[in-house]
Amino acid sequence: MTDANLPPSPADERRVIAEFRSVHRHYTMGDNIVKALNGVSVQVRQGDYFAIMGRSGSGKSTMLNILGCLDRPTSGAYLVGGRDVSQLDDDALSDVRGRELGFIFQSFNLIPQLTVLENLEVPLFYQNRVGPESRAKAEMLAARVGLGGRLMHKPMELSGGQQQRVAIARALMNDPLFLLADEATGNLDSNTEREILDLLDELRAEGVTIVIVTHNPKVAERADRVLWLKDGVIESLTETERGKAHGAHA
Amino acid sequence: MIGDSVRTIRLGLKSLMLHKLRSTLTTAGILFGVASVIAMLAVGEGASDEALQRFRALGVTNILLRSTRPPDTAQSSQQSSFQAMAFGLLYAEAQRVRSTLPDAIVVEVREIPRNVTHGENFKSTVVVGTEVQFLHVANMTVAEGRWLTDTDIAYQSNACVLGSSLARHLFPLENPIDQTVLVGAEDRFRVVGVLDYQGRAAGPQGTTYDECMFTGITSSRRRFGDEIRSSSGGSFKNERVELHEIKVKVRDAAEVEPAAAVLREMLGPSHKQQADLEITVPLELLRDQERQKRMFNLVLAVIASISLLVGGIGIMNVMLATVTERTREIGIRRALGAKKKHIIFQFLVEAAVLSALGGLIGVALGMIVPWGITEFFAQKTIIRTPHVVLAFGISALVGVVFGIYPAWRAANMDPVEALRHE
Repeated sequence: MTDANLPPSPADERRVIAEFRSVHRHYTMGDNIVKALNGVSVQVRQGDYFAIMGRSGSGKSTMLNILGCLDRPTSGAYLVGGRDVSQLDDDALSDVRGRELGFIFQSFNLIPQLTVLENLEVPLFYQNRVGPESRAKAEMLAARVGLGGRLMHKPMELSGGQQQRVAIARALMNDPLFLLADEATGNLDSNTEREILDLLDELRAEGVTIVIVTHNPKVAERADRVLWLKDGVIESLTETERGKAHGAHA
Repeated sequence: MIGDSVRTIRLGLKSLMLHKLRSTLTTAGILFGVASVIAMLAVGEGASDEALQRFRALGVTNILLRSTRPPDTAQSSQQSSFQAMAFGLLYAEAQRVRSTLPDAIVVEVREIPRNVTHGENFKSTVVVGTEVQFLHVANMTVAEGRWLTDTDIAYQSNACVLGSSLARHLFPLENPIDQTVLVGAEDRFRVVGVLDYQGRAAGPQGTTYDECMFTGITSSRRRFGDEIRSSSGGSFKNERVELHEIKVKVRDAAEVEPAAAVLREMLGPSHKQQADLEITVPLELLRDQERQKRMFNLVLAVIASISLLVGGIGIMNVMLATVTERTREIGIRRALGAKKKHIIFQFLVEAAVLSALGGLIGVALGMIVPWGITEFFAQKTIIRTPHVVLAFGISALVGVVFGIYPAWRAANMDPVEALRHE
């Protein structure tokens, strides 16, 4: 596991829950081959708060898609919870998304015709786990993100911050290995952004693993580690002030 | 899995409610297709059922030979009005029919138009002079009293039997049995029985058998003779007719056609010149009617297929629009763990719900329309359950069939692209 891009990291006992091993993702555009990711290796461990940064065109989105099992590497391996998912077929990848991942999107992505409760139940629906238990869990998580009384509302009746809280609750419904957030505060004003980041901090303190893709330094500074991508390779992987503080805890 | 399906159907309804007008307009195609098929089938069934019943009432094993008044040719109008015009079937011909078809029942019928009077009630009707077997051959039954007997025939008795309408008309309050009725000016008959109500159109000279009076053929001959004097348009007309009808009943339906052929050959030539014989074979009419009905159903099936095809294309069109509009939703669902089959199922159910809704309303409309036709136009209609079930089932199936392509498109979107869709 010696890779040029893998920076030396201190000995860490925590479980590795997501790992890129020399991941390449190449697209063919006409006669050209675009190397969106060109050999990325990185590990996300249990309890990490991991930010991925980079300018547009850096491969950030490609990395997000692969992390989210929405895309597959051209070569290399991607392990989720120790299992290589880079060769799985569409159905199996759907299962990984449904069981192991919790998505949070920039534009919240709630389904407009469903109520908050129904939106929360969507991930479990595809696992055939909808029932009284899922309802109780939805109520619990809605209360957890501060929306206990809004279960029967439609998304359009909620503010942006509230919608994102619903989306965060939805991402937690299936007890995922990690939350994968894509510019989670990109559509919010700065006050609401702070509230949402505070909520993520709280979740993180409860032991939830978070991977957040962003170009906003204010978001990234909440993380423990920040990975900078440039031209499809890792430019740097640094530990933030907070990370060092957390590291001291560990 | 059942819970999931219910949930998916509910979801489909919810999604359709997002575009109420569009969904309603889309279902209209299926709706009118289903409604018109059910309504047309009901009207067709009603009409053909009426015809079939009428032909069946004539008796499927019967062959009816009727005397018809020859057309008014120049020759006949030249005839003096005092000279009787002779036409129609002869007693001798009835005998020839009997000897040619020894296994058949042959019944002679004379029909004399007369006024029948009891007290102050009278009715202008037809006195049917016939034989004992008539009741069996015409498939009628006695309500009260008795039918004519061999003794009545042999002794030319004055016994008569009344059709049910006639009995009610002449005897609104009394029991007609053993009462006397006056036929014409001087002939008195004793009522020995009343027939059950037949309710069928079949009957002589524009009447139904319910309005007729029946008596023995021998007494008919003795009292009324073979010459019939009738007035029409101010001038008198004398006709000489021996038999107005010969009813022939063969033993079973298979014998009808050969017997009819024999009779046509035997009687046809002698009546050809005057064109005063009409041979009716109910079985042939029945078969014609059934052939017609099959043809009608075939045409209807073609119309139904076209209208359902049009409805189906409408549904496909709307589902394609829906899929495009909800690309983002598809992306979200895929990201949250939906497999392709889940997406396919979701959109198929939505298309099926859409067309089944149209089908359901169509069934309701298709059942109201025949009711209205029966109510306001007195046209008999019959709604058959299999037709309704079939029309509805096909409508739901149309949704599924025409939903396949849009659903397939939805499921095969790239989730990444779908999520990025604005």
